[in-house]
Formats: sequence, C-alpha cells, structure tokens
Amino acid sequence: MNQTPAYTERHPRWYRTRVSTYWWTGQWSYFKFTLRELTSLSVAYFVIILLLQLRALVRGPEAYAQFQEWLKTPLMIALNAVGLFFVLFHTITWFNLAPKAMVIRVRGKRVPNLMIAAPNYVAWLVISAAVAWVLLGGR
Amino acid sequence: MAETITLEVARYRPEQETQPTFESFEVPLRKDWVVLDALNHIKDRVDGSLSYRWSCRMGVCGSCGMMVNGEPKLTCATFLSHYTPGPIRVEPLRYFPIVRDLVIEMTDFMVKLKSVKPWIVRDEEKPLSEGEYLQKPSELDAYKQFSMCINCMLCYAACPVYGLDQHFIGPAAIALAQRYNMDSRDQGSQLRLDILSQHEGIWGCTFVGECTEACPKGVDPAGAIQQYKLTATKEWFKNFLMPWRAE
Amino acid sequence: MGKRSNEPFLWALFSSGGVVAALLIPVLLFLYGLAFPLGWLEAPSYQSTLALVRHPLTRLVLFVLCSLPLFHWAHRFRFTLYDGLQIKHLNEVINVLCYGGAIIGTALGGYLLWNIP
Repeated sequence: MNQTPAYTERHPRWYRTRVSTYWWTGQWSYFKFTLRELTSLSVAYFVIILLLQLRALVRGPEAYAQFQEWLKTPLMIALNAVGLFFVLFHTITWFNLAPKAMVIRVRGKRVPNLMIAAPNYVAWLVISAAVAWVLLGGR
Repeated sequence: MAETITLEVARYRPEQETQPTFESFEVPLRKDWVVLDALNHIKDRVDGSLSYRWSCRMGVCGSCGMMVNGEPKLTCATFLSHYTPGPIRVEPLRYFPIVRDLVIEMTDFMVKLKSVKPWIVRDEEKPLSEGEYLQKPSELDAYKQFSMCINCMLCYAACPVYGLDQHFIGPAAIALAQRYNMDSRDQGSQLRLDILSQHEGIWGCTFVGECTEACPKGVDPAGAIQQYKLTATKEWFKNFLMPWRAE
Repeated sequence: MGKRSNEPFLWALFSSGGVVAALLIPVLLFLYGLAFPLGWLEAPSYQSTLALVRHPLTRLVLFVLCSLPLFHWAHRFRFTLYDGLQIKHLNEVINVLCYGGAIIGTALGGYLLWNIP
C-alpha cells in the first residue's frame, strides 16, 4: 500500500481514545519529562535577569545598586532559588542525554555513555570555577 | 501463592457498544504463566469471543503487544506472578484505534514504516557473478542494535508525541531507517533524508525516551532518533553552506 | 525530492543554546541570584563589573549568553505548548511568540552590550 486506503482513515466503528490534556500526569516518567522541558523557562528567566543587569550597568552606579537591592528581596531570592534548582536539573539531564546523540567508536567498539557524559561534567566544573574565580576578583 | 488472579480485560464490541468496557476474569495463577497464557485460558474456557493477536509466544514475532497495568508489554513475556495479588488490567495498545477488544488498527504504522524505505537501496545492484556484499564485523556492529526491531509497536504505545501528532513517523520507523542508513551495503541515505527531514517526520520527537524504556529487544529507538537528528542537521548545514554540492 | 524542512537549523540553535545554558547559567545564577544578594560571597563592585564587561571578549560571551539560551527556550517551549496544551493548531502564533521573543531578547542584549559606558 502506497498510502492509507481511504476507508481506513475514518472507519466509523473503530474507537479512538482521545489523548487527555493531562496525559503528562498519567505516569511518573511523563511527569519527569515535563519537568525537564519546563526547565527552559528557568533558562529564559536567567536571560531576563541578565538583560536587566546589563541595563542597570548601562544606566550607571545608582541604577546598578538599585538592581542589586532588588535581587535581595525575598521574592527574588525565592525565584532565584527555584530557578537555580531547575537550571541544575537542565544541566544534569542535558549531560546525561547528550551521549545518546553521539556515537563515537574507538577501534571498532562504541565508547560507553559515561565516557561521553563525564567530560561534559568536567568541562562544566572547570568553566564554573573559572567564572567564579574571575568574578571573585581573582584576575 | 494464591490459586487465582483477576484479569480486568478491556472489551469493545462495536456492534453492541459505543465505548470500550472492562470485564473481570478469574484465571489460574501458575508461576510459569504469562498474561498471554491467561488470555488463552479465557478464550479457551470462559469466553471464546475475546479477540486479541498473538503468534510465536516467545517474544520474537511482535504480535502480542498490549497495555498491562498501563505499560506497553509483550503479553507473552509478562509473567502473572509479577503482578500479584492483582488485579491485572489488560488493554489494547495505546495511541492506536481499537478495532475490537484488544485488537488495534495498525495501518498507520505500516504506512509510516514503508515510507522510510526499510530495505537496502542501491544506486546499482551488483551482478550475481560478483558474489555477495561483504561486510566486516565492525560494519555489522554499526547497525546491528537497530536491526533487532520486531515491529511490536510497544514504542509507539509509549510515545506521547505519536499519540498527539498524527504526522510523527514514530520510533520504530526511524530506528529502522537508521538501521539501513548505517548499513555499509546501503546507498539510500539521501533518499531517506528527504522523507525523514520533512517538517513532521522526526522533528516532533522531544526525546521523552519512553520508547527505549518500552522496547523489549533493546533497540534504543530514542538513541537512533537523536543520532538521526544530528545527521540531518549536519546535512542541512552542508547544503546551506555549500549549495553547489550535487544531490 | 520533497521539501526539506528548516527544523534542523532550529534544532541546532536549541542544542547549542542548551549547551551554553548548561555550562554557564548554574554558576552565574548561583552567584548573582543567591551568593551575592545573601552576602555569602562579596559581590564585585560596579566599577570592577564595568571593567570586566567592557572587554570585547566578555561582551561576546555575554551576547552569546543572552542569545542562544533564549533560542533554546523558544524551541523547547514551543514543543511544550504543542504537546502539553495540545494547541498545535495555533502553531503560527506560538512560533512567532517563541522565536520572536528570542530575537527580541537577542537584539536587546546586543543593544545593551554595545552601549556599555
């Protein structure tokens, strides 16, 4: 068959279960997946904070000080804490899944997933340490 | 161990009802029985009208896929004793139209599978006199995992995107396309790229990963799809940056 | 030859955005979102921050940081809306809001970084 015969498209007696809007609550794996996808919101949230920080920087020291005060408010601390949790969730799930897309063969044998994920984690730690060092006045 | 276990089996008889219902059956709980044995017991001794698919009863034909307690399983490989004290809910494979009882309509899968051309595609066949296509063990290794697919469609039942998006080609079809793309004897990668690169072909996949969890043969279709996304992306950039490359 | 989609390009943006976000955002959000405001570590002063950001290399990194993660969000959130809320029929609106948002964010980032005093 080159294409679905017309009669099979809308056969009246077949029962088609409609997928619920809440399909993602139906099982734990679906829910975890949805949380992982929602981490994109925390990524966007960080960029918004970054843009606000750059704007404060451009406007001058008073604006920047105001921005820093704003970050100290309980609401922002709470949002940042939640945001950090989800961003970390993004990082960990990202590094754990990246090996699936890359099949690297060394001398005919497939490199195990851990060996591809591990360098990512190491790079993450090194880069994070470097950034922290620069910001904490190490330069 | 108890003597019996309850099976809650989905029934759907379109000539007498408009919606699926559930019917409970008490079946013997034998330690070596699988769900398929229980269904066969029901059909042989209780209600001969129960309809379902099965064949090899040993996990190689891919016929007996159903939802057991909400998870896609081969009923010939799912032991009753795993679910004591029960009850065990047996439903038709998810995300497919239900024809009758536990039988689903799988034309959609068959069409999508055929569309990826799951066979060796050659520009030119070697004449018989030149003998067979030789392949090193490492070349076999490159696609072997994806060749283990038995077309049981458990991955389709696990994939929410397949349920939500009628255009998504689905895990098994993409894994089988990869199986042929990675085969050293095949020359059809570009041909398959056209089909798979279409807007809905593979790009609906959001890497839920449930297909790999459901697969009874360890095919890892999720891995195949991500690998293919990477390949398709590389091809896109090659075509974009070097449009003079002949197709 | 059928019509080939441009999804691969968007997926490439999503992937690279994901990598940038995974590597850089945790430490920055930890420092600026928690450690500095709560006083666990001393925040860099306005002057030293300015000196750091002025450097062309920093500006480049920050531009990438403003841009790619937003495209990562745009792509992922688009599919979250398609599948989560089943509103795929509104795909034109969703695409404009998501990728449009990412483009606006990128433009804002570029503008601000260009105008660092």
